[in-house]
Amino acid sequence: MLEIGHIDVFYGDVQVIWDVSFCVKRGEIAALIGANGAGKSAILKTISGIVRSAAGKIVFNGKEIQNVEPYRLCEAGISHVPEARRLFAEMTVNDNLDMGSLKGNAKKDREQTKAMVFDLFPRLKERRNQLTGTLSGGEQQMAAIGRGLMSKPSLIMFDEPSLGLAPILVREIFSVITKIREEGTTVLIIEQNVKQTLAIADRAYVLANGKIVMEGTGKSLLNDEYIKTAYLGV
Amino acid sequence: MTSVQIEVLLQTVISGIFLGGLYALLGIGMTLIMGVMKIINLAHGELMMVGMYIAYALFSFFHIDPYLSIFIAAPALFLLGVMLQKFLINPVLTVESILPENQVILTVGIGMVLSNLATIFFTSDYRSTPVEYATKAWYISDFWKGSPIELSISFAWSVSFFFAVLITALLWFFLAKTDMGKSIRATAQDTDAALLMGVNVKKMRIITFGLGAALVGAAGCLFIPIYYLYPDLGGQFTLIAFVITILGGLGSTVGAIVGGLILGLFESLTATYIGMGWAPIGRFVIFIAALIFIPGGIVSLLKKQRFG
Repeated sequence: MLEIGHIDVFYGDVQVIWDVSFCVKRGEIAALIGANGAGKSAILKTISGIVRSAAGKIVFNGKEIQNVEPYRLCEAGISHVPEARRLFAEMTVNDNLDMGSLKGNAKKDREQTKAMVFDLFPRLKERRNQLTGTLSGGEQQMAAIGRGLMSKPSLIMFDEPSLGLAPILVREIFSVITKIREEGTTVLIIEQNVKQTLAIADRAYVLANGKIVMEGTGKSLLNDEYIKTAYLGV
Repeated sequence: MTSVQIEVLLQTVISGIFLGGLYALLGIGMTLIMGVMKIINLAHGELMMVGMYIAYALFSFFHIDPYLSIFIAAPALFLLGVMLQKFLINPVLTVESILPENQVILTVGIGMVLSNLATIFFTSDYRSTPVEYATKAWYISDFWKGSPIELSISFAWSVSFFFAVLITALLWFFLAKTDMGKSIRATAQDTDAALLMGVNVKKMRIITFGLGAALVGAAGCLFIPIYYLYPDLGGQFTLIAFVITILGGLGSTVGAIVGGLILGLFESLTATYIGMGWAPIGRFVIFIAALIFIPGGIVSLLKKQRFG
């Protein structure tokens, strides 16, 4: 469904991604894991076009998208739940969800999708007329995920959804992500929370210093000696 | 206080509110552009001057009432704003330069060109639209025979105020309730996140600049039955809009409305109790006080309340 072929990415003059290739198959949860500064977010930003790759190509559903205007990707079926949530803080939960469904079918089915999101996160329904800037961290993450689902994507990408959340909320977010996959949406997740991510991932890639250093199924990586010592601290 | 003093005070407050309503419209246009583009549009008053000359030309050649010419001047200014953004400001956004704020400097240049074009086409004579209702007024004793005090309300001022409130209300509805309005607010709050939601940010910038220009063009049509018009009038109104934007809080429409009203009231009170010529000084006293005491503008005070 998504194929990344040999991309190089620069932030200014500094190269942060070196010849990275990987793929995400339809219906699976794929994970990119790695330490802070490994280049995980840079890869997601490159896929959604906020940052441009200097070389290589990105193929989504058989079409090259590396030169497509970023605002068109949402309609094409890619949804990106950005790091640190990036909600529209001075708009209500309801308006934030509306912003997720601006185009085509997503707009037509807006109320229906919204009901689905409220089912998934009953807390959001209670707080739908509240400004998102006044929500707690967990509620903000729920709102960000909800907003990402409003475009009815075929691929949803999460950038560190567990960042800054209490352990009980982290579990809830991960169980929602599994639920999203069960309902047919392909998931690409990047995380520092290696253990829980590998537990739900079908396929995982380990990123270090802007290069992919390992890949495998979530389970196999979870049992790998290198991963255990380097990331799980066992 | 004697009844005469009360009359003077009330009369001053009323004209202050009327002036404030028009100022609010002026400030909203600038603050919208500020919010989305992150630049101060220093050609704002000159755009208003263009709107006023459109109203003046329509009145002189076709005898169209200045209030009706809103429907021509506002769309015309929208187009002008769109063109300026698309062909002048957007290209400058992508140029790397030694000055980070070169778009702001560009707007200064646009303002100069506009006021000089106005001098070429209309000469630097003072103009006005002598409508027959210019001196008409409503008196409180016409409605209430036994009123202990007498107040007069200028017909032109009250109609202008009414239109200013109406346009502000329509704008509020557009920004709060429509998808495009929400997209404009989203772009102002977080450009990258808006992009991820599928908002065509470039298009929003163009539309916002057009909208800001249309608003100030409409404000020009509301001012011309009350004010004189000359090509250099823009600079003064750019400053007024700038003060309102700083006072209200950068990018906040609510702030611009409150800021406009405060400035209008303050100028009106200064003019009555200190002297006509002191009004601009009062304006800059407010400006400096806002910068020192409420650097985030009025909206930051409102927010403190809301977030507890």
